[in-house]
This record gives sequence, structure tokens and C-alpha cells, in this order.
Amino acid sequence: MADDMLTLPLDRWHRDRGGRMVPFAGYGMPVQYEGIMAEHLWVRQSAGLFDVSHMGQLLITGDDVAAALETLLPGELAALGDGRLRYSLLLNDAGGIVDDLMATRQGDGFYVVVNGATKHGDIAYLRDKLPGLKIDYLEERALLALQGPKAVEALEKLAPGVSALVFMQAGRFAIHGVDAWISRSGYTGEDGFEISLPGTAAEQIAEALLADPLVKPIGLGARDSLRLEAGLPLYGHDLDEQTTPVAADLTFAINKRRKEQGGFVGAERILGELKDGAITKRVGFTVEGRQPVREGARVLDGEGNEVGKVTSGGFSPSLQQPIGMAYVATALATAGTALTLEQRGKLFAATVTAMPFVPHNYVRKGAR
Amino acid sequence: MSLYFTKEHEWIRVEGDTATVGISDHAQQALGDIVFAEAPEAGRQLKKGQEAAVVESVKAASDVYAPVSGEVVEANGAIADEPALINTDPEGEGWFFKLKLADPAELDGLMDESAYREWSATL
Repeated sequence: MADDMLTLPLDRWHRDRGGRMVPFAGYGMPVQYEGIMAEHLWVRQSAGLFDVSHMGQLLITGDDVAAALETLLPGELAALGDGRLRYSLLLNDAGGIVDDLMATRQGDGFYVVVNGATKHGDIAYLRDKLPGLKIDYLEERALLALQGPKAVEALEKLAPGVSALVFMQAGRFAIHGVDAWISRSGYTGEDGFEISLPGTAAEQIAEALLADPLVKPIGLGARDSLRLEAGLPLYGHDLDEQTTPVAADLTFAINKRRKEQGGFVGAERILGELKDGAITKRVGFTVEGRQPVREGARVLDGEGNEVGKVTSGGFSPSLQQPIGMAYVATALATAGTALTLEQRGKLFAATVTAMPFVPHNYVRKGAR
Repeated sequence: MSLYFTKEHEWIRVEGDTATVGISDHAQQALGDIVFAEAPEAGRQLKKGQEAAVVESVKAASDVYAPVSGEVVEANGAIADEPALINTDPEGEGWFFKLKLADPAELDGLMDESAYREWSATL
């Protein structure tokens, strides 16, 4: 197993700090250091440093790059200002989700961060569908995420000026003389930053961040429980190529102009679902008792018929109860609806719950 | 009193014809923060190797198997109320259940403590 894992720039650094390394998206990645529960709660109260270098960083350039990308992404890219980013979805011809991503206007092009497990497929798909564009895979770059209410205090000391960014805004900064592209974004529901920098400088910068007592290293285990509490879907679990943005409850990623004009692959189906609703919908749920109900569990109706599937499930460290996400028949998607879940032959009482489970803590423009 | 271990990381402490069963320190470390545990009810008959209890960490669910056959005589209610006991004292207060041995000869196939510690350190 270990022999098949590719190594990323911070591999040795994680091991030296007690990170328990597991295979993830083809790489050895730290699942935890001191423990998922403690790391999770640390991020909610202070600042956690995540290595997310397995994710794919792309630079997409070319003539009319925004218009070209808009044929595959339902987001508003043409009107996106320099240094602004959007959460968006890469779609297939049937309106299914090939990947979810962050796209940032960076000068003449777009800086795009895609999932680690899907990045090679995404690149091939983009090159096939948009042969006029240049897709650079920034393989030599590392990506760090600093997340939590004290992330801004910690990062401002190293990268003066970052506190002026608001949620979903990015810019170029120097940290210890290293050229870094920093966005105020993340995938934990907390305020925080993602820091793209040369892989050769990753260890030095990670070390500088960790020298601050506000910051602890956090593994992928807590990243998963944090994003689940934040109600954020995970590709390959809550999203796949059979899922549409409407079923996935991600219609916020389809901007007003795109809803009116369409002009992206799968638009016919997606615009139809926007009007009439999708057959199934992604919902959050809480479970009675303390036993987590996990991915793959069945959702049953009163007669015991299967009406959905759990796509993510675990124990919420913040709420101290089991939570999860499932796809259910749209008629059952209203908050407060009682659900029965079945896992390994055992039935669980659950309730559809509005997401996020834990409120987002983003720093928005004008909100300070 | 004798202590035995299985390759599935259960421990079994035998006193007379009664045995106490739990998961090893190695197992709790591998699982991480334990958030749920369910021990079998008293009176349940278990066959050696059968699923006996459930333990769940933040990340994963795991089964606990009966190391030997017997009738459950007591479940540890404390671990249901405070699953973290299994992390803090896995081979003591964090025990799962006690059973009455059906066939003491089944103990012969299990590892003793030093063999187990040596073997689990290589995993």
C-alpha cells in the first residue's frame, strides 16, 4: 500500500509532526495528528493548518476564456472581477457534475482548484471540450489552507495585508520573500485562507505558520467532519456524474444571468429542474442517539421502501451527535421531515435538518 | 487470572469460568476518538468469532468479535454513556462485556500478552 503512494512536498514534514499517513487521491496524506476530535474543535476556535496539495491547481488561459469556460460551468465568470473567486461546477452533457471547483479571475486567465481524485480526468475533459484554451497544471505548487476564527490574526503577521481580503477574494502576497497567491476561502465553514505557493517553499512556510501558538496542524479526518458540519458536499461522495446541481441543492452556483440565458452543457435538463424540481434532493439529517449512520446506508419510507441513500455521515464534534447528508425523494426534503435510515440491518430515526449544521463564519464585505 | 489477545485486537481476561472482553490499546489508537459503543445484552449466546459488539470512532465503524464462545453475563453500561473510556482505559474501565466460557479449550489458540504486543508493534 505505502509503495503505491505518491509523495507531496510536505510528506516528511507531516511524518515528523506525528501525522498518521493514509493513501488519499493517490498520495500519502495525513488523516490526523493528535486526534480528529481535538483537531476539529481547534479549527472552530483558533486556526488549523491543512495541507491540501493533492488538489489540482490549474491555470486556464486563451481567447475568450470566460466565455469558453461558461460552456461547461454554470457560474457567472464573464463578470467576475480580477482576484474574485466563485464556487462552480464542471458539467457533462447530461447536466451531471464532473467535479466541483473554485475558479478565480487572475489577470487574463482563471486560476482553478479542482479535487485531487478527479484532477487528471478534469484536465483531459477540459482539453477535449475546450481545445482553444491552454490548461496548465501547476503540479509544482503546494496548497495550504489556514482555517478558523484566528486564521486572519495568524496569517496577517506573515503576509501583511491579507486581513483586507473579504470572503471569496484573492491576491498576490509575499510570505518570507516567497511569492504566494492567497484567497480568503476554504472548505470548513470558518473564516480562513487558501495559500498557493511553490512546493519548494511549502515546508518553510508551513513551519512559519506553525510557529504561531494559534496554529496547529490538522489532518484530512477533521477536514471531512468540518465540511460535513458546514453542509458542504464532497465530490465522489455527495456529488458524482449522475447528480445535477439542482438535485445536489447547489443552485446558488448557477448565477441569475446563466439561469436566464443557459448556454452551458446540460442546460436543458438543469433549467427544467430549476423550474419543476429534481426527482431527488440532497438534504442534511440528524440522527437520534449517538451511533453515526454513514455513507451507503439506505433511507426508507414508512412502508420500508428505499427512498434514498446516505452519501456522507459521521459524528459531529461540535454538536456531539450524529449528522449526515442523503439524497431523498424531493417530497421528503423539507426540514423537519422524519426519516428512517437502515444501516447493517439496524433502523435509525433521523430528521431532515437545514444546513449548515454549524453556522458559517465567513467574513463578508461590509460585515465587519 | 490469564490475559489473552486475538488477531482482531480483542483482549480477554479469564478468571475461573468467566471472561472479560475488550479491545486492545493498539485497537483504540488505530480507531481514534471513539464516539459510540454497543455491548451485547446479557443472556446472548456468542460463538467464537461472531460479531459481538460495535465500536465507532469519528471516522469509522468497527465490529468487535467474540474471542471465544459463551453466554454474555454482563454488558458494560459505562461505555455506552461514556465511549471515550475505551480510548482512555481500553484494557481496564473500557471493557465491553463479560461472558461465561462455553469451552475453555478455545483459549489455547489465542496469543498471550507478550506475543500480542510484539506482533501488534509490527503492524
